[in-house]
Amino acid sequence: MALKASELNVGDTYSECLVEDLKRTQLVQYAGASGDYNPLHTDEPFTKEIAGYPTVFAHGMLTMGMTGRMLTNYVGDGRLKTYGVRFTNQVWPGDTLNSTATVEDIGEEDGEPVVNLKVETTNQDGMVVVRGYASALVDS
Amino acid sequence: MAIEKFPVEASHIMMFARSVADDNPIYYDEEYAATTEPGRVIAPPTFAQSSAQFDPDYFLRPKVGKPWFGSGKEATGIKREGSGGGGGGGLHAEQHFEYHRHIGPGDVLTATVKPGKTWERESKRAGKLTFSETITEYRDQNGELAITARGVGVQTERPVEQ
Repeated sequence: MALKASELNVGDTYSECLVEDLKRTQLVQYAGASGDYNPLHTDEPFTKEIAGYPTVFAHGMLTMGMTGRMLTNYVGDGRLKTYGVRFTNQVWPGDTLNSTATVEDIGEEDGEPVVNLKVETTNQDGMVVVRGYASALVDS
Repeated sequence: MAIEKFPVEASHIMMFARSVADDNPIYYDEEYAATTEPGRVIAPPTFAQSSAQFDPDYFLRPKVGKPWFGSGKEATGIKREGSGGGGGGGLHAEQHFEYHRHIGPGDVLTATVKPGKTWERESKRAGKLTFSETITEYRDQNGELAITARGVGVQTERPVEQ
């Protein structure tokens, strides 16, 4: 179901819980699917003793991927035109993440209605872990 | 760096969608997908990143006969030269995608990777940060641009303080 430009207002929000109590197994799953086997995400001895972090942490792209699910659930399948993020804080096993898209403006691009969104994913402490934007085709 | 052949495959899309906890049937159910606007199975928005699987030189994948820097008997298999804090070649700072069209099973992509800007910044939590940008263009079997991706990596002077 696509969004309709005529029904959208600046400041509208859509939120989803992306994950509750993130499990290390999901990091393994993401490593296997994406092909990013950086030991920082799955290898506890390496991450603690060599890299100097308290434990393994999530691939930034896992958080971006889960945030992408929130976006496609909101704007519809195959509607995204752009999607970009900055990774502002690490995501750890045990984290619970919530993600929100906020309508920044509704405009036109190449004669088609487009919504521009601000995207933010936060952890259980309210710390922003991903901050970004997306734009999507909408119906008029 | 370039990827000569990135075949977009149904089972890979299904596994990728599972790994980002996305159970939208458009990522695995052909019959359902046929009833949607795209009309076929498509890949989730960040799927292009898994082109790493088809990059013969991707350094974050263990390779047969080559030393691997993850733990075995010891916490690291090999000492990496100049890897900086964070190990494993640094952290991911930013990622941007521009979708020219949405890809799905049957598409065969090629990717060319160009270096972009580099810059530095001081950070209280991790010391000197060295950023470097890469731009990846994914083209389909007809040579048409499908996705443009811009990634920014960062090498930290020391592990990021928590």
